[in-house]
Amino acid sequence: MINNNAILAVEAHSLVKTFGEKRAVDGVSLKIPTGSICAVLGPNGAGKTTTINMLATLLKPDAGDVKIFGYDVQRETQIVRQLIGLTGQFASIDEDLTALENLTIFGRLYGYSRKDSKCKANELLEEFGLSDAASRVLSKFSGGMRRRLDLAVSLISQPPLIFLDEPTTGLDPRTRSQMWQTIHNLVKGGSTVLLTTQYLDEADQLADNIVVIDKGRVVANDTPDGLKRSVGNSSLHLTVKDVINTANAAQIIERMLDAKVHLAEASKLIAPIDNIDKLTDVLTTLKNAGIALSGVNIVQPTLDEVFFALTGEGSKDKKEEN
Amino acid sequence: MTNTTIIPAAERKLKNRIGVGTAIRNTCTLAFRALLKMSKNPEIFVDFVVLPVMFTLLFTFLFGGAISGNIANYLPIVIPGVLLMSSFTNCTTAGSKLREDVDKGTTSRFKSMPIARIAPLAGSLIADLIRYVMGGTTVFVTGYILGYRPEAGILAVTFSILFMMIIAWGLSWVFAFISMCTKTISTASAIGVVVMFPLVFLSNAFIPAETMPSGLQYFVLHINPLSRVVMVVRQLLTYGTIGANFWLTLYGTLAILVMFIPLTLIAYKRKA
Repeated sequence: MINNNAILAVEAHSLVKTFGEKRAVDGVSLKIPTGSICAVLGPNGAGKTTTINMLATLLKPDAGDVKIFGYDVQRETQIVRQLIGLTGQFASIDEDLTALENLTIFGRLYGYSRKDSKCKANELLEEFGLSDAASRVLSKFSGGMRRRLDLAVSLISQPPLIFLDEPTTGLDPRTRSQMWQTIHNLVKGGSTVLLTTQYLDEADQLADNIVVIDKGRVVANDTPDGLKRSVGNSSLHLTVKDVINTANAAQIIERMLDAKVHLAEASKLIAPIDNIDKLTDVLTTLKNAGIALSGVNIVQPTLDEVFFALTGEGSKDKKEEN
Repeated sequence: MTNTTIIPAAERKLKNRIGVGTAIRNTCTLAFRALLKMSKNPEIFVDFVVLPVMFTLLFTFLFGGAISGNIANYLPIVIPGVLLMSSFTNCTTAGSKLREDVDKGTTSRFKSMPIARIAPLAGSLIADLIRYVMGGTTVFVTGYILGYRPEAGILAVTFSILFMMIIAWGLSWVFAFISMCTKTISTASAIGVVVMFPLVFLSNAFIPAETMPSGLQYFVLHINPLSRVVMVVRQLLTYGTIGANFWLTLYGTLAILVMFIPLTLIAYKRKA
């Protein structure tokens, strides 16, 4: 078992893909250990989907090489295809057919007998909570159900490596967390997952490792905590009710958080906060000092802040070391 | 699945080729898929069952008296004609189903799976063949009900359906290629309609050419390939024989297949 995990699930070197004038992927390298979840994070147009398409044998890299579990993607393509499952941004299953029919057909395509396909199909429907809708035609499925079915289809052959291209984009919060739970369960079974996302919180929640991509290049490759450390702390946005108290409040916050406080507007104070637990103390102290508040906000570092920090665009002042 | 552990890659025995057996199996599964989708879609039922019946009845009762004096005499003319019409107006839709798959992303998924590359294409086209047989059978059954009894018997009927199917199937590759190249599916459909409808009606499918003005007559008899197709079927059904037209149309179809199958494959692979 240990030997198997020593093989990297994905090993990509300097992948390049050009579309006409545009270098969509410009030298991307990745190393993903077996049994882990890796998130590729980046804004729209960064090259995430193109990268994943090259890894999943859908596109031929213009330069660079990729090995999936040690098999070269360009020379041993059919072997690689037997080891991967792919869920794209758009659900690519048949609208006219029922959930069960869809799954059974894909099972057959993977080489399972008619009986086995149907069996596996029912198992997956059960696992994804779609058993009741098994005989329902897809056009009557909700968006979340479609995504779940799409994921189920990519799992029918029980592949050791699964590519998820923006799995929760467009889903409501509840369906999102259901998806996250499903993805966690996949890894428990020994799968390796590579997902792309635009959301830092999703990468943070799910991934063991985050690769940040911008304009076709890798700009960071780190654990979620490491990334957040390099990006900077959360920000505390505090709005004081009476303008007179602003200076006093600023002093208190500075003292308690040991950080520089900025005055954003007449009564709005912004300070970096590294430990959310300190917030309670700050609020209690302000209350005891008789300072009324009209608004408190903790702002998590967003993807924009990550990019400002990593690519040097925008204010470097945002990174405040404590 | 949460109970089963995934078999790690290193423990799997894998081959880097898709064998012929797998290709055939894949094609059958995808043909089944195409037929299943068809069965859920009433539109297809209309195209291959309702419309043939409707047009047979319509043309027979509308034109029978005027063209041939009575219905019974018109049947040997009109039945092959409706057979032609139903087969050829539908050969334009084969490509659009494929294009739909490509546009939707189902093809991307197929591409990432260890299936034969040609299977989605082949499966779809096999489903088409079955549709042609369905349509042809409907036409002859309707004809039979109206009193049509071809002299050459049921063997000739079967042969006619098969012949028509091969010719229409061959031509559908042209439209499959076109639908891979156009910007949208509807453009391809429009081209199909604009080309096929005049060809079907400006032939001797429904009306003897002798009754047409000389310019049109020339076109119908000497230029329009569909006239020859209909004449082959009429000869088959009346005399049970085949002549020069049979070989001409068959070789023509072969030429189309030789040219357009590779073209369509290339366009499909590029688009997919």
